[in-house]
Formats: sequence, structure tokens, C-alpha cells
Amino acid sequence: MKTSVNLAGVELKNPVMTASGTFGSGAEYSEFVDLNKLGAVVTKGVADVAWAGNKTPRITEVYGGMLNAIGLQNPGIDVFCKRDIPYLQQFDTKIIVNVCGHAPEEYLRVVERLAEEKIDMMEINISCPNVNAGFLAFGQDPKCVEELTAEIKKIAKQPVIMKLTPNVTDITEIARAAEAGGADAVSLINTLTGMKIDINRRTFALANKTGGMSGPAVKPVAVRMVYQVAQAVKIPIIGMGGILSAEDALEFILAGATAVSVGTGNFINPTTTLDVIQGIEEYMDRYNVDDINDLIGAVR
Amino acid sequence: MKKKELCTVESQEMISAGIYSLWIKTPSIAGEAVPGQFVSLYCQDGSRLLPRPISLCEIDRQGQRLHMVYRVAGKGTAEFSGLKAGDSIQVMGPLGNGFPLEKAAGKRVFLMGGGIGIPPMLETAKSLTGNSDLTGAPEAAKVTAVLGYRDVRFLQEEYEKYCDVCISTEDGSYGTKGNVIDAIKENGLEADVIFACGPTPMLRGIKAYAEEKGIACWISMEEKMACGIGACLACVCQSKEVDSHSHVHNKRVCKDGPVFEASEVEL
Repeated sequence: MKTSVNLAGVELKNPVMTASGTFGSGAEYSEFVDLNKLGAVVTKGVADVAWAGNKTPRITEVYGGMLNAIGLQNPGIDVFCKRDIPYLQQFDTKIIVNVCGHAPEEYLRVVERLAEEKIDMMEINISCPNVNAGFLAFGQDPKCVEELTAEIKKIAKQPVIMKLTPNVTDITEIARAAEAGGADAVSLINTLTGMKIDINRRTFALANKTGGMSGPAVKPVAVRMVYQVAQAVKIPIIGMGGILSAEDALEFILAGATAVSVGTGNFINPTTTLDVIQGIEEYMDRYNVDDINDLIGAVR
Repeated sequence: MKKKELCTVESQEMISAGIYSLWIKTPSIAGEAVPGQFVSLYCQDGSRLLPRPISLCEIDRQGQRLHMVYRVAGKGTAEFSGLKAGDSIQVMGPLGNGFPLEKAAGKRVFLMGGGIGIPPMLETAKSLTGNSDLTGAPEAAKVTAVLGYRDVRFLQEEYEKYCDVCISTEDGSYGTKGNVIDAIKENGLEADVIFACGPTPMLRGIKAYAEEKGIACWISMEEKMACGIGACLACVCQSKEVDSHSHVHNKRVCKDGPVFEASEVEL
């Protein structure tokens, strides 16, 4: 049985990875998960300098999901290169570093640093709904996306994944722009912007007022978007949004995702990634699927 | 070693309006837990995804049992309140750091609890008075539990088994009318070390009191959590200095805490 997939030239032992921001850099979850078993670890977003993030409360639960507004708290690229990358290098898994910034120069400074590091890929977060520095429309404007992707591709030495926001009218337009800019892959979906009001305190449940919605309630939206993007671009897709089980992951794969990420699912059960990997193998066994690649985009 | 495991409810009863006392049998968590730590309880209802962090009130290591006393605050805790003996519940733990008991060895200690911050101080009281089965737990010279209630009291008799108890009520229906600091002052009590848990305004008052009197003080904090193990960065509190892990003025309540030295956090 072949479970390995080729993601923009990078061979993953299986298509299951973590979603940025839900798994730190792996250290905390390593008490529950053998990181060697994962297709890849996608790290929490890192910027050129340390970011303090938003005020608390930063999360709140909603029906079948959650809203978060962490605000991309991170220790900055210097600490990250010294501490987090060497930690992950101990394991037999691929390292995908998520990159965040407020402006193109900030992204480029991080990409430049990472170009010299032993990592396998980088994922560019152009879609966080919780960081407002006048660039709210950044990942929502095809022209900006194409230009930034092209700038990043000039200096990156590893394949580049552009992470797309679902908070747009037509996500295929943004995906095409990333492809035109030279992106090696796209990942989707980031969280959907939402709001919850605490009726007892008569205020917003989150200090940031709005937050990004994730969890099983967003999965049908995510599967639809992965399917649409799969019809629109030739580069591979990493699908995510509410994956709690192998069945969920297989929907994304059949819709056209080469790999999948588990995000909120880690909070519900720390071993969700391992359960998904095992469940995919059981599915392949049950339906006599020899190669997982035969399932990618099989539903048209 | 943290674990997520299926536990069995031994008993549950309502001990005050909206406040429940729950005993569960754990395969291994109780054997490793220490006073001041917490566990994450998971809902059965799949629409409620996130675990609820609940502090440990008592730890029976030999019997592999945990005691939790919690307030129904929303739909998740309302679901827990319906659990009956024999029911199963998913639990992750033990989580967080716990109180630094060694700092209280041979000292006069205040264990200060306010509202639903009262339960986590009970195992601490037992440990510091030689009444727990925690190996090597140091004994304090004198332990006084200073408990602050709004009106109706709970767990008072439990504390009275192990230490002196001093009580404040907001409505003045019992003990000192006012808060825990008022109770200390009214009774002329003194201590060398404070361990405390309760609402933020109370912790702020205790931190100021400890600073003024030069008393070593550790406080247990609360914040909305998602992962419970330090990965998601939802439950941060503000630290006085740049934190060595986050490299900003944030500490993780779930992993670096929930117990912090009062002087290292901003309230």
C-alpha cells in the first residue's frame, strides 16, 4: 500500500500534516504524538520580530467550532531558527515553516532568513483575519497575491505554499493569482471571520471582537473550496478545515487535495493526526486502493 | 506524563446552588497529579469541541481518584452536572505546574480561596499538613485557610478537618463582612507565604497585600483555553519581564502556570 504523496517535489510519507497555529512547533504535542509518523509538521506562524498577539480572551467556542483571535503571537525568526527548527530536525518528518507579516518587506525578511535553513517548505500566511495593520485586504486582492508570491519566489530556496483565505467572493481567482506568481502549492482554507456576542456581559466574546472560525462546522465550505480550486489550478493543494477523522480527510483528498492538515482537531483529541493516518490506511485496505494518489481528485 | 484517558464517574452531588462535587476514577492521572494542577474534561456532545479546564480539589493517589468541585458556568459544565456514578468521561491531565509546596516548608501559610477558587486549595491544605498521600510533601508550621464567599458556604467543613479556617462573606452572613483581605485584618492574622486562587480582582488585592507586607506569594490564574498543553497560545497572561519561551510579555496559563509567583505577572 502506497500512502506517500509528492507535494511540489517534496515526498511526504503520508498526506497528513498539522495546521499552522494549532501545533506550536511540535514540542508540546510530542508527549502525545510520535512526530516521526506525520507527513509534515507545519509550524506556528513566525514573523521577522517577536509579536505579542492580541489581548485575552483570545478564543471562544461556537456551535460545532471555535473562534480564535490569537493575533499571531510568535517569538520572532531569530529565536525560531535557533530553537524550533533544530527541535524539529530531530524527527523523520518534513518541516514546513509558516511565515507571517504585516507588509511585504516583513514577509521577505523572514523568507530570506529561511532560505538558508534546512527546512522542506514554507507556507505564506496571507490570510490571517486577526491582524489588522491596514493590509486587511492583502490576501483578498489577486494582484497583491500575485506580486507578493513572485517576490517571495525570487528569494526562497524551498517550495512555497500560499495559504488562502476563504473570506473572498471567488477563491479560485486568488488561487490562480498565486499560481501565476509562481507558487508551488496552495493551502486552504484559513479561518472564516466570525463574531460571538456574550449576551450576559453584553460585550464581544473575544477581546478582538472578531475571530477566525474553525472546526467541523466549516468543513463543507472548505471541501467545496478545495474542489473549486482543484478545477482552477494545476499546482497541488493542501486541504484543511474541520478535519477530525479519516473520513473528513478523505473528502478533501477526493475533492482534489494532495495533502491535508489537522488543526482544531488537535485540541479536541491530541492524537487526531495519528488517528487520521491510521483511518486512511484502513479505508485503502477496505476498498483495495493500492496507491493513495489514485484517490486525489477522484471525485469530479 | 500527561495522558488523555477514559475515566469513570464514582459520584456526583450538588453541594451548593450551581456548585457540584464530582469524584472520578482515573487509570493513571490521579497517580501523577499534584496540588494546584488541573485537568481538561471533554463533553459528550460533539457540538462542544473544546475541553473544559477544571482544577483538582482532592487527589487520592492510592485509590486513583480525583475530586473536582466546579460551578456550572455554561453548556459544557451543565452537561458535566448530569453525570452519574458509572458514567464515562474523557479526561486529559494532569496539566499545569501546581503550587510550589517546598516554599511553604516550616512556614506560616495562608491558603486563600475566593468563590470557585476555593476548591483547588483543599489538596494543598491536606499536603501541607501531612494529610495527603503525596510522597515527600513538606509540612508547613501553620496553615490557615482564608476562604471568601459571596453568601452560601461550601467545603468549609472539609478545610476544618485539616487546618484553621477564617471566613469572609460579601453579605456578612458569616465571618468577616467583606473580602479575604478584610478577614485577615479583622482577625489580626500573619503569614510568611501565601498561596491563592480566585477571581482576578481578589488576586490583584492579594498581590498588593503581599507586596506591602513583603510576603512571598503565589497565585493560580484562569483564562479561556483551547489545547491546555501550551501550543495554541490562547490562555496567556501578562508577565512583568519578557518571558523566556514566548520572548514577549506573555506567559501561558496552561503550561507555565496556572500558578505564578505574584510578582512575575501583571494583573
